[in-house]
Amino acid sequence: MLDNNQLLRFTTAGSVDDGKSTLIGRLLYDSKSIFEDQLQAIENTSKRKGHDGVDLALFTDGLKDEREQGITIDVAYRYFTTPKRKFIIADTPGHIQYTRNMVTGASTANAALILVDARHGVIEQTKRHSFIASLLQIPHVIVCINKMDLVDHSEEVYNNVINQFEEFSSKLLVQDIRFIPISALNGDNVVNRSKNMDWYQGAPLLHTLETMHISSDINKVDARFPVQTVLRPQNDTHRDYRGYAGRVASGVFRLGDDITVMPSGFTSKIKSIDTLDKTLDEAYAPMSVSITLEDDIDVSRGDMIVRSNNKPEPVQDIEVMLCWLHNEPAKPRAKYSIRHTSNEQKAMIKDVVYKINIESLGRNMEDKTLNMNDISKVKIRTTKPLMVDSYRENRTTGSIILIDDATNETVAAGMIV
Amino acid sequence: MSKYYLNYLDELESEAIFILREVWAQFDSPVILFSGGKDSILVTHLAKKAFYPSKIPFPLMHVDTGHNFPETIQFRDAVINDLGVQLIVGSVQESIDDGRVSEEKGKNATRNALQITTLLDAIESNKIDCAIGGGRRDEEKARAKERFFSHRDDFGQWDPKNQRPELWNIFNGKHFEGEHFRAFPISNWTEMDVWNYIKRENIAIPSLYFAHQREVVWRQDSWIPNSEFLVLEAHETIETKKIRFRTLGDITITGGIESDADTLEKIADEVSGMRQTERGNRTDDKRSESAMEDRKRQGYF
Repeated sequence: MLDNNQLLRFTTAGSVDDGKSTLIGRLLYDSKSIFEDQLQAIENTSKRKGHDGVDLALFTDGLKDEREQGITIDVAYRYFTTPKRKFIIADTPGHIQYTRNMVTGASTANAALILVDARHGVIEQTKRHSFIASLLQIPHVIVCINKMDLVDHSEEVYNNVINQFEEFSSKLLVQDIRFIPISALNGDNVVNRSKNMDWYQGAPLLHTLETMHISSDINKVDARFPVQTVLRPQNDTHRDYRGYAGRVASGVFRLGDDITVMPSGFTSKIKSIDTLDKTLDEAYAPMSVSITLEDDIDVSRGDMIVRSNNKPEPVQDIEVMLCWLHNEPAKPRAKYSIRHTSNEQKAMIKDVVYKINIESLGRNMEDKTLNMNDISKVKIRTTKPLMVDSYRENRTTGSIILIDDATNETVAAGMIV
Repeated sequence: MSKYYLNYLDELESEAIFILREVWAQFDSPVILFSGGKDSILVTHLAKKAFYPSKIPFPLMHVDTGHNFPETIQFRDAVINDLGVQLIVGSVQESIDDGRVSEEKGKNATRNALQITTLLDAIESNKIDCAIGGGRRDEEKARAKERFFSHRDDFGQWDPKNQRPELWNIFNGKHFEGEHFRAFPISNWTEMDVWNYIKRENIAIPSLYFAHQREVVWRQDSWIPNSEFLVLEAHETIETKKIRFRTLGDITITGGIESDADTLEKIADEVSGMRQTERGNRTDDKRSESAMEDRKRQGYF
């Protein structure tokens, strides 16, 4: 691996039959990320279950229950590395009843792989996955039109699927959509270019993943620094040191920048940007640093340091696209704890504006309940202001979770409209 | 525009530092579980970075099975001395002497499972509410499902089917009294990432990781080191081989591999060509397909 190699996170969603596990198995196997003892274990299991050959899908099962039932329940993370990049796959189940797990996997992804069975074209599940990719603002979507070997590697079938996809995806907000005809089973256009589809001029899947431009996936304009904790060493070498520890959420901070601490509104200048290895002239997302200020002002966890000429909106009323994650439905007008970056306040869901029908993508204005896997637009009121950006502009400062104080469980995740 | 992106190791480092600071901010009494293995050494190194210029603001905790490599204990004490932090030791021998657990019987008996009781006792008696570990998702299939912030009930048990969802970079460490969390800052690192980073940062690790001459016996497809605890079977003989260890656990169950890799460079090269997982030499994981999941459910590391 070279020093400037980047990390790309992508999500896959799919059901048992669309070849998702085979595709992942193929990527891991062809990039030599599967070890011999893992292969041996899977060969043994395949044999015991009476499968023909090695079932690559078994690589993606983790828990005993998943192996027994032959399904993916929870998000599983897989890793592989090529000479160009390190990859993290968030492998999620595709069934509607696991929407919450798809949303979880999508929340940190640079790219989404959406699998379409060439024989069946765009189906409900394709729409569901695409909608979630759009809702979670995954910057890049790669539609893999799989099982091309079963449709005679036909360019016409490929073009038909693209037309079907574009017809409905015009309603979605995805910046970058690409289409690749593949056969995961035979490896066509996965790692190597297919000899069976000369008509396809684009790159194979792995090359696409290795070279797509991801440096702009993080907002580099709006400088935001949520304070995690305050570092006060009080030792001989750093007697008066007071550093604000955090991870740059977006944008760039430089020495001498005029900053404002939100929500207090106190202003100062950046005096130093420190790490154990060196002091820096600038820090950008997603670096973890410690920032000191010229003035001795009151800053603590939950505050946000921002550049004075570009401030987020402090608000108590927010509109949120909310995914309900818990099997206990929302209680009407109940209070929850709300987490936004390092800030925690109390919040109440004041109104359900509409619920998305995730099969038809239509809006239901009547149904005000919030049940597990529901995605709804809601109005939330908080006890104190949050310093928010819209999720579309900033995935870190535009996202929240709700916690039920009675159980301490995370019950919902939301994207600020 | 100049280069406003991080390379993969810097991004993993930044993520781990973020997690460590979240632990410190959200819990009253965290510890780092320190075994003297490379992963817990890495976590400790990252904690040093996370809190600089302060010292690491919490203790290290070692669950001592009594079946140690002497080199590991020396290394542990040197680390503690260097960092100036407190060391908490949970002793499996004491748990046995107190009658809390009893030794396994039979030829492949180990103290591996006994650690669970000692660990949970030490967490309870020291009122620890978060134990930070060096577990990685690429290590083992049950670990692939692990969260960064992983809840344990008041019996210390993990319920893998009922885990809190983790979205974006928002972590929920809320818990009731008696419950605790495990936190895994290097979840997203692979074995190769760990070695590349150790090499880049030139982090000190125990000599056991480097190739050296050692008395060993061939057992369960790997070289088990000779020690006072080793009971030879009739057909087994002690040999001297040039070996090194890919992981460090109890001296009774950690198998070495034949190797000439005696520098970090050579180790990283060797690991990149490995065709077996690192835990393939751990007899504790060979007991069944769900050996790790079963132990983790009970409260294992």
